[in-house]
Amino acid sequence: MSDEVTAEILTTHILDLAGAGRRLDGRAVDDYRPLTIEPGFVATADGSALVRLGETAAVAGIKLEPGKPFPDTPNAGVLTTNAELVPLSSPTFEPGPPQPGAIEVSRVIDRAIRAAETIDLTRLCVTPGEKSWVCYVDVHMIDHGGNLIDTGLLAALTALTHTTVPAKRFGLAESDYPLEIKHQPVECTFVRLGEAIVVDPTIDEERACQGRLTVATDETGNVVAMQKGLVGAFSPDDVKSVVERAFRHGDRLRAAALRGTA
Amino acid sequence: MGSVGAKEVPVLLTPDGIRTDGRRVDELRPIRIEAGALKHADGSAYVEWGANKVMAAVYGPREVHPRHLQQNTKAVIQCKYNMAAFSVDERKRPGLDRRSQEISKVIAEALESVVFVEEFPRTSIDVYIEVLQANAGTRCAGLTAASVALADAGIPMVDLLPAVAVGKAGGALVLDLNKAEDNFGEADLPMAIVPQSGRLVLLQMEGHVTQEELARALDMGVQGTRQVYEKMQAALRDRYASAPTPEVAA
Repeated sequence: MSDEVTAEILTTHILDLAGAGRRLDGRAVDDYRPLTIEPGFVATADGSALVRLGETAAVAGIKLEPGKPFPDTPNAGVLTTNAELVPLSSPTFEPGPPQPGAIEVSRVIDRAIRAAETIDLTRLCVTPGEKSWVCYVDVHMIDHGGNLIDTGLLAALTALTHTTVPAKRFGLAESDYPLEIKHQPVECTFVRLGEAIVVDPTIDEERACQGRLTVATDETGNVVAMQKGLVGAFSPDDVKSVVERAFRHGDRLRAAALRGTA
Repeated sequence: MGSVGAKEVPVLLTPDGIRTDGRRVDELRPIRIEAGALKHADGSAYVEWGANKVMAAVYGPREVHPRHLQQNTKAVIQCKYNMAAFSVDERKRPGLDRRSQEISKVIAEALESVVFVEEFPRTSIDVYIEVLQANAGTRCAGLTAASVALADAGIPMVDLLPAVAVGKAGGALVLDLNKAEDNFGEADLPMAIVPQSGRLVLLQMEGHVTQEELARALDMGVQGTRQVYEKMQAALRDRYASAPTPEVAA
């Protein structure tokens, strides 16, 4: 469906199906779409990955450059995460400043990476207060079929876990070395369709939904970030069961990102 | 939360369970709400929440600008959360940054979850939130103010929408994080709960909590928002109990 307006009739159909525990693409309420992961997709990046989740695709690229630590954190490197919803990914995205939806996707991905302490930033410090690595995580959403957050973070995590620090190129070490990963956050996104709460929504399900809930977990059993988005509501019990499900899916997705293959 | 290599972490909780500002773990900061604080807005509210000072105004339902945002079946809620340059210790560059835009989005979506938007098709309900003095918890104070301002504007809603942040600081779950707890604590979960249904329409989280802690944090949020709710109702009662009955033209 490439139309911006999902027809009312389709919305009704999606909600009717969900009421019967079914989905338009034949999945069960707790099924993710097929996942493919391709690390090292971009040769010019220090780390990269192409991740596809059903009809959604994201490319993440990591670049490391020597820079200066922030004055208030002299012993830490700098980590910057940015997700772009580039216009080629959807008929509804236009060039220009990012829309609130795009900013939200970017910030929710960034929040998980940061809160989970994916990278021990003190390890990126070269000389306290003087020199440190700046790690740029850039995620390009290239095909928008729904659930950009999970896809984007999986791409970023895969890319980070397959990153080489270009220390030799910048004369900071005899040889390059792999970037050290401390924790591995994964986000799982759910939407409410009537009384059903389904995982990994397609774009049509996102348009039909009554509320979206994203839960980021790490490999140690912590919830590290959450975001409720769109119009709708969840009861505390809904949230608890969604968190439970997020841990289950999270472990599988995390393993895939680390392996670099689905 | 991500304060790597930052200044020394203060003691956030004494062994007796007392917080940096003297509160117990389940205690809110003092909250004062004034409904109808502005003369020219259709609805307004001023909230002092601890050391936060937040003003909210509502205009509408009115014509939609820009036009293309107009919806044929419902009103659109457009929210602008803005922090004044002088509202924080180090001057904030004026204008919409990405944080403000995200907060504006989640607040608008939370409000749309309780307002009967389908009653006002092809209109806009504009919600402006100005943070004049910030001290942790501005999105919750802002959303609470906005909700009272909507009621003050006479816009039909399912219920008022109280918000509060629950967090983890000094190893314990605490209600309504203060600035030290926000900066140095382990987790922050702002939430807004519809009192009538007990459902969450705003929920964000950053930090580290276990599944069990998260469940307890939600319960604390329910309790906390209930207290905020009472203050919101009292503010509206104060505003309208004393208002003179409008004179009917003879």
